[in-house]
Amino acid sequence: MKHKTLKNLIIALILIFLYLPIIILVLYSFNTSKMNVLFEGFTLDWYKNLFNNRTLLEAFTNTFIIAITSTITSTVLGTIGAIGLYKYNFKFKSFINLLLYIPIVIPEIVLGISLLSVYTLTKLELGMFTLILSHISFSIPFVIVSVRSTFSKSLDTYEEAAKDLGADDIKTFFKITLPQIMPGVISGATLAFTLSLDDVVISYFTAGPGSNTLPLQIYSMIKTGISPDVNALTTLMLLVTMIILFSLTFIQGRKIVGEKK
Amino acid sequence: MKTVVKLENISKSYEKGKYVIKNLSLDVYEGEFLTLLGSSGCGKTTILRMISGLEHVTDGKVYIDDKDVTEVDPTKREVNTIFQNFALFPHMTVYENVSFGLKMKKINKQEIKERVTEVLKLVELDGFEERYPSQLSGGQQQRVAIARGIIMNPKVLLLDESLASLDLKLKKMMQIELKKIQKKLGITFIYVTHDQDEALTMSDRIIIIEKGVIKQEGSPKEIYEHPNSVFVADFIGESNIFKSTIIHIDENKTIVDFDGKHFSIPRNEKDEIGKMVNIMVRPENVTISTEPFQNAIKGVIKTIVYDGSITKLFVDNEGDFDLRVTVKGSVDYKEGDTTYIIVDDKDIVAIREENHEE
Repeated sequence: MKHKTLKNLIIALILIFLYLPIIILVLYSFNTSKMNVLFEGFTLDWYKNLFNNRTLLEAFTNTFIIAITSTITSTVLGTIGAIGLYKYNFKFKSFINLLLYIPIVIPEIVLGISLLSVYTLTKLELGMFTLILSHISFSIPFVIVSVRSTFSKSLDTYEEAAKDLGADDIKTFFKITLPQIMPGVISGATLAFTLSLDDVVISYFTAGPGSNTLPLQIYSMIKTGISPDVNALTTLMLLVTMIILFSLTFIQGRKIVGEKK
Repeated sequence: MKTVVKLENISKSYEKGKYVIKNLSLDVYEGEFLTLLGSSGCGKTTILRMISGLEHVTDGKVYIDDKDVTEVDPTKREVNTIFQNFALFPHMTVYENVSFGLKMKKINKQEIKERVTEVLKLVELDGFEERYPSQLSGGQQQRVAIARGIIMNPKVLLLDESLASLDLKLKKMMQIELKKIQKKLGITFIYVTHDQDEALTMSDRIIIIEKGVIKQEGSPKEIYEHPNSVFVADFIGESNIFKSTIIHIDENKTIVDFDGKHFSIPRNEKDEIGKMVNIMVRPENVTISTEPFQNAIKGVIKTIVYDGSITKLFVDNEGDFDLRVTVKGSVDYKEGDTTYIIVDDKDIVAIREENHEE
């Protein structure tokens, strides 16, 4: 019995440690007081403020445009890349496999600076385009690694079985391969999306005028202290990400129903 | 008999100069149950894959129904494969799996439905349409795989060790069931296995393959009773093989000597006195006795294995060679007993191997 109580206590502590900050943040976004110290009363004023703050709204739209475009592009490219790296043998294949991990492990600041120098060198104007490009480039390795983990010998046999039953390459890909690697594609896309959504460092280097993103905006806002409208803003972000993540997990769950009980 | 599949001098090599299959020719007749039998790595699966088109031939030609399909894509060949682990699409229901091939052929929905219903009835799986493969037992999955293949009305159904993953009892049941389905549909089956029991039970004809070359072909009875090489005799069933020497040649029989005992075998024109001949006798064809007998081989029982309907005895002849004896039911002998083994001339199969390349 004692053992069980201790176990529950530890679980409770971990959960509190993980979620208390988030709960406080959400609570304070409804606080009438401007200070994040005492909860004085309930209000939706901060949310109203948000919708009147044009800079914030613009950053909000930018962030999601960047996140969605870069997620879709990097997922498509990364999936194709993973398939290519799995199915074909070519020179320097193992070297390319190794190269994939470098963007994952090098410090973001290095990646940010190097991307910036590329843009300067090629005289690309910093803005939405460079931001999207940067987000695509750091997301692709994550997608490739995630998709690649779903390949297996049995997938090869499923593809052969499909061909044997008369399905051409395109049909085999859409009817067999894609549904089978879907879990990897979805988790790759989820990773790409969340990475893009909260990226500060790389965006800091590659953003230009008129391409402010939410994380950058929040970062500049908290230089003068955390105001309740930041709380409201982050609560909204939390909500949106959660909705997207849950729906992705839901799709994934449905796709692989029956596959593994 | 009409030939449905014809392999003409086919070879397969993945590395230059190294052949997995070398210059192999084979005719498969309409409606037969043909088994390619061989140990793992002998190239039997490669042969199957070259018929289905999943593997290219390095040399030679493949004909299906008299048409040269050597360069034809697997999607366009009128053969279907049942894969080793069935390869049922896990994200599709039984219905979707079985109808997959017909959908690819763009057959109308109504006809697909009728044919799926019909074929599922045949494999006794009606009512399982909406299940996913993971919700089925091994035997049921096997039957879905068969249904998915035969719904296409293939000229030939290729089965790649399709029973290997089932447990023994289910395997025995499915062997009989497969044979029944094959008889009913009249489709040619080419079955690949390393399991000699399975081959003997199901086949009309067995092709024994070793190192990419056909060693022997014939009905199960022919192969069991008249193996043409030590390899085949050893591979199919249990056997006692002795090296004997020709000591006398008559008009129509040859006398050989083995361990001082003399046996008579039918004469072969190439027989010469002093030449070595392998003689083979199946363990169930020898008689064992405790009484000394003329021309009987003396030995001591080393091990007795009771196996229900039969008992297996391993007899040691002073360390020179081991003899296997199989008797029906149980025996009164003990391990260590001295026995005499009588081999009748008519049960002896002489194996004269002409080519000693190895």
